[in-house]
Amino acid sequence: MASIRLAVPNTAQRGDVIEIKALIQHAMESGFRRGSRGEVIERNIITRFECVYDGEQVFAATFHPGIAANPILTFHTIATQTGSLSFTWTDQHGESWSDQATITVT
Amino acid sequence: MMDRSTQIDRRQLFVGAGGLIAISASPLPGWAAQEDLLNARRDLFGDRPVQEGRVFVTLPPIAENGFSVPLTVNVESPMSADDYVKQIAILSPRNPLPVIGQFYLTPRSGRAMVSTRIRMSGTQAIQAVAEMSDGSLWSGSMETVVTLAACVVL
Amino acid sequence: MIRHVLILLCGLAASCSQSAPAPQTAEVSPQDLQSGYVFLTAETQALQDDAFANPGLLWVDRGDALFHASEDASRACVSCHQDGLQGAATRYPAIDKQSGKLLNLEGRINKCRTQHQSLAPLAYETDDLLALSAYISEQSKGLPLAVDVSGAAAQAYAQGENYFLTRRGQFNLSCQQCHTDNWGKQLRGDTISQGHGNGFPAYRLEWQTLGSLQRRLRDCDTGVRAEPLPYGDETYIALELYLAARAQGLELESPAVRR
Repeated sequence: MASIRLAVPNTAQRGDVIEIKALIQHAMESGFRRGSRGEVIERNIITRFECVYDGEQVFAATFHPGIAANPILTFHTIATQTGSLSFTWTDQHGESWSDQATITVT
Repeated sequence: MMDRSTQIDRRQLFVGAGGLIAISASPLPGWAAQEDLLNARRDLFGDRPVQEGRVFVTLPPIAENGFSVPLTVNVESPMSADDYVKQIAILSPRNPLPVIGQFYLTPRSGRAMVSTRIRMSGTQAIQAVAEMSDGSLWSGSMETVVTLAACVVL
Repeated sequence: MIRHVLILLCGLAASCSQSAPAPQTAEVSPQDLQSGYVFLTAETQALQDDAFANPGLLWVDRGDALFHASEDASRACVSCHQDGLQGAATRYPAIDKQSGKLLNLEGRINKCRTQHQSLAPLAYETDDLLALSAYISEQSKGLPLAVDVSGAAAQAYAQGENYFLTRRGQFNLSCQQCHTDNWGKQLRGDTISQGHGNGFPAYRLEWQTLGSLQRRLRDCDTGVRAEPLPYGDETYIALELYLAARAQGLELESPAVRR
């Protein structure tokens, strides 16, 4: 199970641009490293990130092996209405991890 | 004629070998590496012209090592419904793969600013390309010196 | 790349062996005590100080969940330790009263698992053991290291000190030669630290993950081209005690971020 950390403000005023941070535990194994016996360590990375705010995708990313281990993202969105933001990371094999945060917009 | 062209001159061999060593020992990315970056950019965005400006890359001037270097990209854009940044692509001239990451923004992003942490296999200038909603492409870059650790345990 | 390291380390070894008589003790004087944090770039310090982005906190979060969960119908850690474990990590390694053996924090966690929770011990560097040790250590963040080296621990302290002072590996270097005699000087792109363990378990950029002090010690031995000891080796635990005593008074920083 991957550990996830989210930073989303609890409250905001309608129209505010809010900062969002999302961090997930993942080795992001690049596929370019070798083990102690010289064997290539197979690539194993998260390839896709999506943030959905009340049913609409507001931000997404595609990761390649150049993204550091335990990837962190900081991005922004406009506070539109009270509701939930869902965050989903999907790896190259299709396995995915999700978490949610709620925001109250006044 | 045939004889002369197939004959290997010792001096030529020496110069040739010296050149090879110089290339392999060169610490800075040469034109070949920059070519990789440009090819990757063409794969992503086609032959559309890329203008310099509006994109600001922030990296530390010196990174302790290349495993996790903080990167921020800012793009000048009103981020309105009809004028916004659609995509920011991070490109490297020196990593084994030139495309590091792609970020997709929307008018609901509010601000064209993204931060993450990247891997850098050596000193190089990282380039960010922003694709605007009108299809125009803008770029900016910044160089970071990646120092090498003393006690490398691989 | 490795060749450059070899040349530099060989140079250091040569200069050390030619230098004036080595100091009699391996102590860094208390007023000079400096955490590894001091030798980092501002960006790496900022990552450690970031209450959200410090990647070690991913393990602290996981440890928090594990501490409060009852695994396989066993008692959860919290069922005994309702008030948390603030300060506990500053006192390890410590002598286990029951067995008389020196235990580091990882050893104590595993002793709890086998003795009180009927659970299998966790191996070094597994996410779960790192998570628990990071969670427990984080509760002592900011508190000074305060190990006891008297009584039964004195022998282990001496054993750890002996390991610290002994030259080893193909480079024929002791811990002391870098971390007591030459700290603050440049070694390739790095500034040599005083070699304190107060940040561990720590997130090392080179590892791209959290790791134990034992993993760091193994890397040090490998760095001087010596055969590292196995994880959990009694000599390494004694060395951990010596290091903690040598850093006595420095604040615990786990989960620190290191190069």
